[in-house]
Amino acid sequence: MTTKLFGEPVQRREDHRLLTGGGRYVDDLGRDALAAAFVRSPHAHARIRDIDVTAALDVEGLVAIYTWDDLPERVGRPLPLLIPHPALTHGRTALPLARDVVRHVGEPVVMVVATDRYAAEDVCARIEVDYEPLKPVVGPEQAVSGVHLVHDDVPGNVGAHLVQEVPGPDGRGAREAIETAPHTLSFRLDIERSAATPLEGRGVYARWDGRDLRVYSSTQTSTSVRMAVSAVLGVPLPQVEVIAPDVGGGFGVKIVHPWPEEILVPWAAMTLGREVKWTEDRREHFVASAHERGQVQHVRVGFDDDGRLLGLDVTILHDHGAYTPYGIIVPIVTSTQLLGPYKVGAYRVEFSSLYTNTVQVTPYRGAGRPQGVFCMERTMDKIARRLGKDRAEVRAANFIQPEDFPYDQGMTFQDGRPLIYDSGDYPRMLRMLKELIGWDDFERAPGRGIGIGCYVEGTGPGPYEGGHVQITSDGQVHVSTGLTSQGQGHETAFAQIAATELGVPIERVSVVTGDTRRLGYAVGTFASRAAVVSGNAIALACRKVREKALRVAADALEADPADLEITEGVVHVAGAPQASMPLSTVAVLANPLRYAFDEETARATQFAGAADPNRPPVAEGDEPGLEGREFYSPIRCTFAAGMHAAIVETDPDTAEIRIVRYAVVHDCGNLINPMIVEGQIHGGVAQGVGGALYERMVYDEHGQLVNASFMDFLMPYATEVPHVETAHLQTPSPLNPLGIKGAGEAGVIPVSAVVASALEDAEGIPIDRMPISPSELFHLRTSGR
Amino acid sequence: MKPPPFAYHAPRDLGEALRTLAEVRGKVLAGGQSLIPMLNMRLAEPSDLVDINRVAGLDRLERTADGVVVGATVRHADAERARAHPLLTRALKLVAHPVIRNRGTVVGSLAHADPAAELPAVLAVLGGHVRVARWDGGVAVRDVPAAGFFAGPMEPAIEPGELAVSAFFPALRPGTGSAFLEIARRHGDYALAGVCAVVTVDDGRVATARAACIGVGPVPVVVDVGPACTGRPPGEADWAGAAALVREAAEPEDDIHATAAYRGHLVGVLAERALRDAAREGAAARAG
Amino acid sequence: MRDETRFEITVTVNGAARRLRVPARRLLSDCLRHDLGLTGTHVGCEHGVCGCCTVLLDGRPVRSCLTFAVTVDGSKITTVEGLAPGDGRLSPVQRAFAECHGLQCGFCTPGFLCTVTALLADNPAPTEDEVLEGISGNLCRCTGYQNIVKAVHRAAELRAEES
Repeated sequence: MTTKLFGEPVQRREDHRLLTGGGRYVDDLGRDALAAAFVRSPHAHARIRDIDVTAALDVEGLVAIYTWDDLPERVGRPLPLLIPHPALTHGRTALPLARDVVRHVGEPVVMVVATDRYAAEDVCARIEVDYEPLKPVVGPEQAVSGVHLVHDDVPGNVGAHLVQEVPGPDGRGAREAIETAPHTLSFRLDIERSAATPLEGRGVYARWDGRDLRVYSSTQTSTSVRMAVSAVLGVPLPQVEVIAPDVGGGFGVKIVHPWPEEILVPWAAMTLGREVKWTEDRREHFVASAHERGQVQHVRVGFDDDGRLLGLDVTILHDHGAYTPYGIIVPIVTSTQLLGPYKVGAYRVEFSSLYTNTVQVTPYRGAGRPQGVFCMERTMDKIARRLGKDRAEVRAANFIQPEDFPYDQGMTFQDGRPLIYDSGDYPRMLRMLKELIGWDDFERAPGRGIGIGCYVEGTGPGPYEGGHVQITSDGQVHVSTGLTSQGQGHETAFAQIAATELGVPIERVSVVTGDTRRLGYAVGTFASRAAVVSGNAIALACRKVREKALRVAADALEADPADLEITEGVVHVAGAPQASMPLSTVAVLANPLRYAFDEETARATQFAGAADPNRPPVAEGDEPGLEGREFYSPIRCTFAAGMHAAIVETDPDTAEIRIVRYAVVHDCGNLINPMIVEGQIHGGVAQGVGGALYERMVYDEHGQLVNASFMDFLMPYATEVPHVETAHLQTPSPLNPLGIKGAGEAGVIPVSAVVASALEDAEGIPIDRMPISPSELFHLRTSGR
Repeated sequence: MKPPPFAYHAPRDLGEALRTLAEVRGKVLAGGQSLIPMLNMRLAEPSDLVDINRVAGLDRLERTADGVVVGATVRHADAERARAHPLLTRALKLVAHPVIRNRGTVVGSLAHADPAAELPAVLAVLGGHVRVARWDGGVAVRDVPAAGFFAGPMEPAIEPGELAVSAFFPALRPGTGSAFLEIARRHGDYALAGVCAVVTVDDGRVATARAACIGVGPVPVVVDVGPACTGRPPGEADWAGAAALVREAAEPEDDIHATAAYRGHLVGVLAERALRDAAREGAAARAG
Repeated sequence: MRDETRFEITVTVNGAARRLRVPARRLLSDCLRHDLGLTGTHVGCEHGVCGCCTVLLDGRPVRSCLTFAVTVDGSKITTVEGLAPGDGRLSPVQRAFAECHGLQCGFCTPGFLCTVTALLADNPAPTEDEVLEGISGNLCRCTGYQNIVKAVHRAAELRAEES
């Protein structure tokens, strides 16, 4: 292959439109559509006594008001529980509009459609809902007390309870191993709620033409929204198309589907025979989408004199909010990925996933890993402290070694498959990190500390993704994959793969994602899976197309396909460039025509004389056209890894916390585009810094989210985020053709652990809660010394 | 998040503005950087909005020997660029973000009377005033001293029908240094606590010293710390004792970003730092 | 509910005079996006914190979500659609963002571009701290800002080379 683009920092192909105002986000479409808005519950827990719309009826611009009573039976059913699990014994999902009980502030109660959003909000303001407040349940500990119930039929507020146990090498269980260990520690850790908070909220825009339904959604999975909409609204699947246009960030929250609005907006469009659009505003996004992170962890660990883990016993209270549409993926990920790059001896993990009267909890970038890594890395630091050992050394003593791969952790992972690490080199990664940050030469001083955090991330889960590649008679290469994009640069990375595989200039390759008209089979963009699963599917599809191109060209050039190469979009005999044919011509020849539409295609028409009259124009088993579709279905996840270190400084008087250096060593196997991967890491670290020092969802005892705005939910600005230094290690995955692993979530995963580690080093105070503010550090100082 | 409907008035001169306000008693729109978020969230639903941006003469910033008069539609950014008053300029750099300052107004910040905002403290520590006008058959004005202007959190001493037309920031006396220090969770956020200090040094000794703090009480808290530090050279003054006075005067409260105890502590730390900085500057100014 | 009075305004948007009738409460962000179809200006919070809706009002960056359209009658507005010189090329700031990978999802990008364009017009060679201060009112959830900061410095270089 001469066109080597795989692995190069190619500039992004999506940028031109995004830099010139040419992006197409959902709210940019449907200028003439009616606008929807929702009356949402102001109470965390209440019974709806009455809904009175009388005062709203004379608002200019009102088109329709819908309550649950107005919905047809199939539309008014509970939303799907997306990922059932045997341990989720009491899974509950919301109704699209609340019927009799609301279970969190922000739950939709009434849908309003009006000529524009201003009018729709005027209507909402005049609708009176009479509520009978009920006792709210806030926080996992109140939930587990079971005094008040979020759902009457869920005793103790426990949605799921799961215990996983992995015996140690000697066959003993974790608790027994800990009892007899030379050293033991037990402690509690707390991680507060945060949220993905993309700058574009959710949005849905629907058109119905009497037969076909088209829905645009700011989603991470258009194919699955399509199936859900088809099923709920009863429109046959072939008549529903769902498009994820440009999406202004997702970070997990937009993988949940169908949202109530994704059902109600298309339903209203069909009912009214008008285009309807709903654009989530910022306040709605805070109270009506999803949060994550909140957990309480109780840890008990036993270890030897070298700091080697002998047994680890973790009990997790996981607050999943009012509903469980996404099952128990988050606590499963926490409890499995907690293991990191280590051999833990015997392991026992138990979690209770609990209902509270708060916004539902679904994956946010990292998806439970930041909590698990926080747990394990705090454990490592505590062991080092107890033994008076270097923190990096204790980690190294527990590493899985390069020769141990594939390494079976003995658990079931979030994809239902065994937790087997495919490849990695953790000792080398640690050496690289120590060198990058200057670990051994660090000069410790009061108010100045260094910290470290390590993680392993299962990426690229199945079930599958597809790639479709078509070369048209103008020589352009059209690539599509079903999963969606929210800023990851798929149009570039996938074009690099296609250009490399096909031997064409990247300028000729265009990539479409998330459009069910182009590829109807897909899963979605989550779990750092797009590059791995779609990337490999596209590579396989390209290989199929390349094979056909060589076959067709070989016929025309009277050569052996094995002697042919494709360079710069031209098929030629290796070493004899004069015997050649551009792919445009190959595409023409691959599609026998009756009708020509230009000079090029005239060569493929029936009197052009190219074809053998004794064979059918399209050979048996072949298809017209130079195109191919392939699917890639991984056997299980591939395991990326990373290690971060940070140096922090604290002000002795004001307790302000500043990260002065931040270093990342990252391994996602073969890099498709290092520039994009680094961008993903930078952004992830920034979100991690938000989670460590700034962001939290603050609920009061009434279940009111008291900081539901960007004024008080402190997403960091440029002035709060440190410069990130990166280095890459590439241990290719043996599991997929391209040897790649996922990178999307990497940056965020260990940041809280790293910052806690550095802060503890600087202050000499145990840091067991995240996030931490200067105010909290001040109180730790005054109470801890 | 769309604002509710309101009747809109855009008077062209002060008389018209005041007559309109007398008649409709609506909200005044100047820079809108605090008001419009409230409207977008429908936390405020005024029947009328009186836009004073087209009122002639309100956009003037005048510098005299006595101080600076800032008109009601002078933007933060313009006042900052004018560099008309060292403490005001310092404080303006701490107001939100540059883009907000392009639209927000100095007088608007005063009239908003947010206890965590910087400019009320500046006006208070300097002993300035706000000129308020109303229609009384003609334009009638009264000057409200800072000490009386900030009646409570978000409660300026502006009566219905009145308009704050300008603010007067008294000039610093010779030998006077100033400082404004604050700590916010993020750069540009409202401060958790902040202190501005004004110290006059005469003959090498501290002659007067005042501090005002923000974020630690319902209104800017002004403290004369003279008793703790006057009569001594700046390097030998008991700044810790002075800071203790400031801290005692503060009435911080808990909120989601910080506890009252932490805020009180911060005020002490910042007061000492700000007083020292101001004294150093005052001494240098006198020496220079 | 009463019919809303509409006000006739004339604004010069990206060099072209546009006449519109708007209700008093129409936010400039909505006016640009929905009345004029200039959807490059994005709305991320509608309370003035995120900076996605930043446009240039008479050359200065302002939050269009905290500005009523009726109040800008007679003004000149530049949106992201008006930043490129118009010959199919990009402005130095736009090129620098592409070159430095200063954008991912692109939603905050128009606000950053407007802010940075004005920043460099005011201060053609900003220091690191001045860059940070200059962009400190714009949120980005994707990039971690590192490449945006790099892009601002690069844009300053490109501007200098071309002037």
